[in-house]
Amino acid sequence: MVGTNVVADADPGTGEGRPGPEKAANAVTLTVTNKQQLAEGVVSVTLARPDGGRLPDWTPGSHIDLVLPDGTVRQYSLCGDRWDAHTYRIAVLREPAGRGGSAYVHDRLRAGDRVGVGGPRNHFPLAPSESYVFIAGGIGITPLLPMVRQAELLGADWQLLYGGRSRASMAFRDELVAAYGERVHVVPQDELGLLDLNACLGTPRADTKVYCCGPAPLLAAVEDACASWAPYALRTERFTAGDQAAPVRDGAFEVELRRSGRAVTVTPGISVLEAVRVAGVDVLSSCEQGTCGTCLTPVLDGQPDHRDSILTDHQRAANDCMFVCVSRSCGDRLVLDL
Amino acid sequence: MTEAPVRAATPPVSDVDPFSDEHLLNPEPLHQALREAGPVVYLSHYDVHALARYEQVHAALVDWQHFESGSGVGLANFRHEEPWRPPSLLLEADPPRHDAPRHVLRNILAPPALRRLQAAWSAVAEELVDEVLAQGPEFNAFTALAEAFPLRAFPDAVGIGPEGRENLLPYGNMAFNAFGPRNDLVAADADRAGDLSAWVNAQCAREALTEDGFGADIWAAADRGDLTYEQAPLVVRSLLTAGVDTTVHALSACLYAFATHPEKWQRLRERPELARVAFEEAMRWQSPVQTFFRTATTDVNVAGSVVPEGSKILMFLGAANRDPVRWSEPDRFDLTRDPSGHVGFGMGLHQCVGQHVARLEAEALLTALARRVESFELTGTPRRHANNTLRAWESLPVRVRPSA
Repeated sequence: MVGTNVVADADPGTGEGRPGPEKAANAVTLTVTNKQQLAEGVVSVTLARPDGGRLPDWTPGSHIDLVLPDGTVRQYSLCGDRWDAHTYRIAVLREPAGRGGSAYVHDRLRAGDRVGVGGPRNHFPLAPSESYVFIAGGIGITPLLPMVRQAELLGADWQLLYGGRSRASMAFRDELVAAYGERVHVVPQDELGLLDLNACLGTPRADTKVYCCGPAPLLAAVEDACASWAPYALRTERFTAGDQAAPVRDGAFEVELRRSGRAVTVTPGISVLEAVRVAGVDVLSSCEQGTCGTCLTPVLDGQPDHRDSILTDHQRAANDCMFVCVSRSCGDRLVLDL
Repeated sequence: MTEAPVRAATPPVSDVDPFSDEHLLNPEPLHQALREAGPVVYLSHYDVHALARYEQVHAALVDWQHFESGSGVGLANFRHEEPWRPPSLLLEADPPRHDAPRHVLRNILAPPALRRLQAAWSAVAEELVDEVLAQGPEFNAFTALAEAFPLRAFPDAVGIGPEGRENLLPYGNMAFNAFGPRNDLVAADADRAGDLSAWVNAQCAREALTEDGFGADIWAAADRGDLTYEQAPLVVRSLLTAGVDTTVHALSACLYAFATHPEKWQRLRERPELARVAFEEAMRWQSPVQTFFRTATTDVNVAGSVVPEGSKILMFLGAANRDPVRWSEPDRFDLTRDPSGHVGFGMGLHQCVGQHVARLEAEALLTALARRVESFELTGTPRRHANNTLRAWESLPVRVRPSA
């Protein structure tokens, strides 16, 4: 989960009951202890508590919310060492087409600055397997970096396919090759073309899980290549919200907020989150694109039209929670535990 | 906690046996002595270092990097000793192997997933309370309520069959004794350990479980590849081991607290939403799980003393929960205090994964009782039950006055 097109919902000064960035991300304040150029267009940022204390534990695949001093919130995968309880490390790609978060990190953020940090959360955990294929596109290497270390610790058989625009743009390239040698296949597009997915995914293997993080075209190609693999063998994390089918219903629906004893009508132009806030009920949110997971809300009745990029099919079928920033209703009525 | 400095203090030494009946049945005097002796005390009887102050216990609980669980969370050191059963994938594991079982079970036992049980458990609690009250105003609240309620609610939620459930409490009692030394408490179960283990293991198989319980959820996680099929039965076993006795004695702690503090019972009746605070405070005050061990992954400096690499550390959760440095008037059961931060469920990445289940059970039972019982009081001296790990009970004789 890398911070592209994920924008802060929050304007702390509106006075309309919308949470400010700190509240939105349940953030604590950390200090930037180091900022370093890793590759062309990629910097790493190291964060620590001002008092040097322990940070919350995390597992490979986890991300944090970074709340920048200008109020923008972005999600970045943790790519440091979880045995170091005192620092978090993230890597940030400068994205000219982005909405300013990465530019802020690159151009303005400095060692000594304070930033808000929410999480960590993990929507991309490493499941046990005898063997793994890790596929990274560009900055999508970040969640996979702790995963390959973990696969190595677990004694699993693994391969990493790492594609990028050019060698110079590929963060962690040298350290990966130095540490793991032939397990790592570095494929700069300007020298070697695109990753040869068929060579590595052409034959489904029951003992193997495939983890992929990268831009949408890579994910789509990997999903195609894994079409004949067992369900759940492929696990992906998107940079941005996945493409969605049209909503199940195009009319308005009712949302009952059982705990607060209120009800609101959600019209086609607004989200459940917006409607709930208009009704005067606070819900924490961050990306408002169904990718970060902050606004998870328990569903008591009704069937959500899930439009997030987080829940698995199984979790969707359970019908017991939804991300109200993007998900809607299949029927006339939803009952939420709010 | 940091790595060892060049100079280190020698910790105070004690030859006390914290697993003797005397201390198991009445641990508070020992806890006080250990807290006062120093931040770390060497227990020569077992060659372990003991932590009894809140600061050090809390720090050791969260610092999995220096205090590992994979060598066993009892006295036995799995580096040298054969575990009595295949180790738990949760309690007796460290990252990275701990991650997947924890992730799966945490989701299955998370508050959103438990909502479906709330109404059912309230109904079970009300039914049980009605039945008990119909038998008359005097009863043993330990067996009639604290044991009976989890046994009605939890095995169904896990999805085990109706046969053999009488084995659950003896198995839990045995498993929690096994974290201590091989004393007479362990010996007492020697002749039935095999049968109890075999029964529990048989309940963990997919075909032994209903299709809608926590057990089935665990197997479904294996279908999705989030666990291996080899891991699934062991994760079910964790639920059956750690999910019954602990709750029984936590509920007992609540009932004991209210039976001895009638004015607090009145407050709860006036404000039933206090049930959750009451449960947390009872957890702090009684600490149903009294102790766990860790193993030092390196020479670790604890408040100036070196705990050598590979040695066992005994953490007194109950002592930490009554450390006067952390809690004002710690021996008081006090519904107005904020019990947040108690280590009754542990802390850090091994913190009780079933804590929301326990809270839901307590809320259901206390709420049902508050509705039907105007007051209750002890009619005799409650009896403790000696267990190497649990602050356990045998009887809690009470007389109640049902509400009109």
